[in-house]
Amino acid sequence: MSASATLPLLILGSSLLPGLVIFFLPESKVRIRTALNLSGALLKLVFVGVMAWGVFNGTTYETRLPLIPDLEFVLHADALSLLFVTLSSVLWLVTTVYAIGYLEESPHRSRFFGFFSLCVTATVGVAMAGNLLTFLLFYELLTLVTYPLIVHRGTEVARLAGLTYLRYTIAGGALLMIGTVWLYTLCGTLEFTYGGFVREFASASTNRETLVVIFVLLTAGLGVKAALVPLHGWLPQAMVAPAPVSALLHAVAVVKAGAFGIVRVIYDVFGIEFAANLGVTLPLAILAAVTIVYASVRALFQDDLKRRLAFSTVSQISYITLGVATVGPIAAIGGIVHLVHQGLMKITLFFCAGNLAETLGIHKISEMDGVAHRMPWTMVAFTLGALGMVGVPPLAGFVSKWYLGIGAMAAGQEWIVAILVGSSVLNAAYFLPIIYTAWFKESKGTWPAEQPRGRAETRWTLLLPPLVTALLALGVGLLASAPFSPLDWAQLIAGREYGR
Amino acid sequence: MEVVITTFPWEVVLILAPLFGALSCFLWPKSARYLALSTVFVSVLSVVALAIRLITTGSYRHAIGGWRAPLGIELLADGLSLLMLGVTAVVGLAITVYSTGYFPNRQLLRFWPLWLLLLAALNALFLSGDLFNLYVALELTGLAAVALTALSGGRAALISAMRYLFATLLGSMSYLLGVVLIYHSFGSLDIMILAQRVVQSPVVWSAMGLMSAGLALKTALFPLHFWLPPAHASAPAPVSAALSALVVKASFYVLLRLWLEVFPPGQTAMLGELFGALGVAAIFWGGLQALRAGQLKLLIAYSTVMQVGYFFLAFPLAMAAAWCGVLYLLLSHALAKAAMFLAAGNIIYFSGHDRIVDFDRIANQLPMTLAAFALAGVSIMGLPPSGGFVAKWLMVEASLKSGQWWWAFALIIGSLAAAAYVFKVVGHAFTQTTVRGQTNAVPALMEWTALALALTSILLGLVASWPLAWLEIGGMFSCESAR
Repeated sequence: MSASATLPLLILGSSLLPGLVIFFLPESKVRIRTALNLSGALLKLVFVGVMAWGVFNGTTYETRLPLIPDLEFVLHADALSLLFVTLSSVLWLVTTVYAIGYLEESPHRSRFFGFFSLCVTATVGVAMAGNLLTFLLFYELLTLVTYPLIVHRGTEVARLAGLTYLRYTIAGGALLMIGTVWLYTLCGTLEFTYGGFVREFASASTNRETLVVIFVLLTAGLGVKAALVPLHGWLPQAMVAPAPVSALLHAVAVVKAGAFGIVRVIYDVFGIEFAANLGVTLPLAILAAVTIVYASVRALFQDDLKRRLAFSTVSQISYITLGVATVGPIAAIGGIVHLVHQGLMKITLFFCAGNLAETLGIHKISEMDGVAHRMPWTMVAFTLGALGMVGVPPLAGFVSKWYLGIGAMAAGQEWIVAILVGSSVLNAAYFLPIIYTAWFKESKGTWPAEQPRGRAETRWTLLLPPLVTALLALGVGLLASAPFSPLDWAQLIAGREYGR
Repeated sequence: MEVVITTFPWEVVLILAPLFGALSCFLWPKSARYLALSTVFVSVLSVVALAIRLITTGSYRHAIGGWRAPLGIELLADGLSLLMLGVTAVVGLAITVYSTGYFPNRQLLRFWPLWLLLLAALNALFLSGDLFNLYVALELTGLAAVALTALSGGRAALISAMRYLFATLLGSMSYLLGVVLIYHSFGSLDIMILAQRVVQSPVVWSAMGLMSAGLALKTALFPLHFWLPPAHASAPAPVSAALSALVVKASFYVLLRLWLEVFPPGQTAMLGELFGALGVAAIFWGGLQALRAGQLKLLIAYSTVMQVGYFFLAFPLAMAAAWCGVLYLLLSHALAKAAMFLAAGNIIYFSGHDRIVDFDRIANQLPMTLAAFALAGVSIMGLPPSGGFVAKWLMVEASLKSGQWWWAFALIIGSLAAAAYVFKVVGHAFTQTTVRGQTNAVPALMEWTALALALTSILLGLVASWPLAWLEIGGMFSCESAR
């Protein structure tokens, strides 16, 4: 097998193998486990770096293995998959460091880190899938390996949350599967192709209604993970999971896999022109817009910090869908780049929420009075993330919203601008009070459950990750026009799709 | 070496080895454990050798005593029999290894001869080339299975074994009547000869009805499944594994052979639709009952009722993709279901009960067992990557391609129900209960066996092209090109 065919497998293996080994490690072998985790994460970054360099220089990375008669297991690296792979590998490394700190001394860490690694493996697989079957395979795998992370604490609440999660995701997976098989019987291929394969391969006798139904099946299946209203119900409940899991779930793994899938289906399965021609993009854009506004309003009324962040995710993730469903290259750039930007900002916010809970026992916004004086660095990171979400320049969120807005104007869909403005106002309405409470309110003097204070405001392993991701979120905003920035990649991807 | 492998009659070894094994276990109970293990080991090796022979030389028939078909009896080895023999060997090996740890000594002495007899009967069944031989093997399988069900000797076990006995005898009787009708009108019992002679006629109709009904009863197709849940739930765990994984498949295999080779194609359409409808009913009923079951083994037993429903969906579809799908389902279900029952056995061994809501942190106490159960569950609910997924994919594809989307709908609903009952168990395995009972440490070998079976059923999802290619030996259908 040539080097270009092995690299995708190596990227998968660098988290799969450590994960499998970790399952069998005794609880007490902390050092070996940590070493395995970190070396796996670093190795993956190196492999991804090599691949990025190769793709930039025009190498095609593709692995093909037989899976089902006539259908292959295909891993493929194009610009879009590379964007997602890079995001997940970088954030996996950061989250692993965070999780090691967060779970210090807690039981069942071998199980936790085992599934954690499998979770990233599945995400990377989703990113690199070269056809819809392979995508489906990793998409379902992701469902299965996140379940043990959600019920990790073993409480009754966790069990019920896990059940809710499965109800939504397994039903969604079933829809996705029907759509996939149906599409296969019509087209005879499932390979992702620039500009989509459906128009070319669907037999002439296939009527448009069938294709619309298939599109609905696929987007509904993906919409569950992408938390499109009304399929979002599982996400706020999944908050019982430990903080690093929430961070990964919201920024990289589950939610992103759904949004990424929608991008793939529109661009590489149906093709944007054909999808627009079928008349399915406008309803999807409207659904995304409804999700953005509805979830923002819900977020306003949450006092629980993690729940507010969860509704914020529901809202923000739909920017991606909105971006690709607004038929136009500039809005597409905004949507695709938000895949990365939202990840960086949201993971920062969840790390910070985890720090507050772990160090001071704070779970509610009403308990946060003056917390910035006790934990200044955590709150600096939080503030950067939150302002980014609101869309304050020059942070990452501003860049996404700017392109989305300009793109909507260019595509002649001015109503989307109104949605963006309204959403930003709502974002400000639910994030600014938190920042105000934390920085400017008088502290009540005691915290719900304060841990003994060390030299820093909390453990280093907990403090560094949010600072790093906050800086990244600032960096990708400031350096948006630099080469190799996420924006640069997004322009490349959108350029290919719109043929220029 | 190669000449030996490709000419030696491995099919005879496959029947005689377990038969003599059973006898010697009965005669020398003290060394029964080693005798059984070596017998099963020989069977596994013979299946491997048989596979090599079939792959190199294609399907073949073995005339017992040198007498060819119209006069003598012929054994038949092709891709389909290879698949079933392979499953029997793998699951048989696992159950044998597992049983050495599971049973208390007194039961173990009675277990070995019966278990090896069951293996011999199954192997004979999968190698039979004529209708009467199939009947004899079917009857032997049934009797050995009933005796094994009654092994634990409790009241519940005896009652359910009795019911099982009546069901299986009635089923064989009905099948035999059909055989008699066929023999009377066509003068042969050999499948290959019948395939050329049988034409549409009222006699064939009634024979088909009788045989199908008898086999459906033995396969526990809804609503003839009444005997299965109590029998599978009350038998000792390794026996339940054998019953669900192998015995139920035996009668289905006979039905499949008849359908594909003997029954005239023009006549089967209506019966196929009926089978499909009953299959759907089985999926819904089995799924519902499994969801309601409070005890793990009963849940798994109803899950078998449901999966049997899947098997019968292939008849109305009747195209290559559907047959391949259903055979692949047979294969992965056998492995997964055996793994599930063995995992359930571990849990019972550990905590002394199988009430699902009272599971106390099984995820922490028996992580490997729970992993085995969950992985097997993934295959049962047909999620990727697993053998169950490949099977489901092929069947859904067949039903959408032929425009009969309602079968696909039933398949999908079924897998959602399967997910619900599997995760009901997994969820409770994570939580704590207030009642603490006495616990027994489970031997590592038993945990590993269950896990190995479950992993194999997952692995089937990654290497599907090989077993499907083997299936084509003998040329009954092609999984690849017919699509």
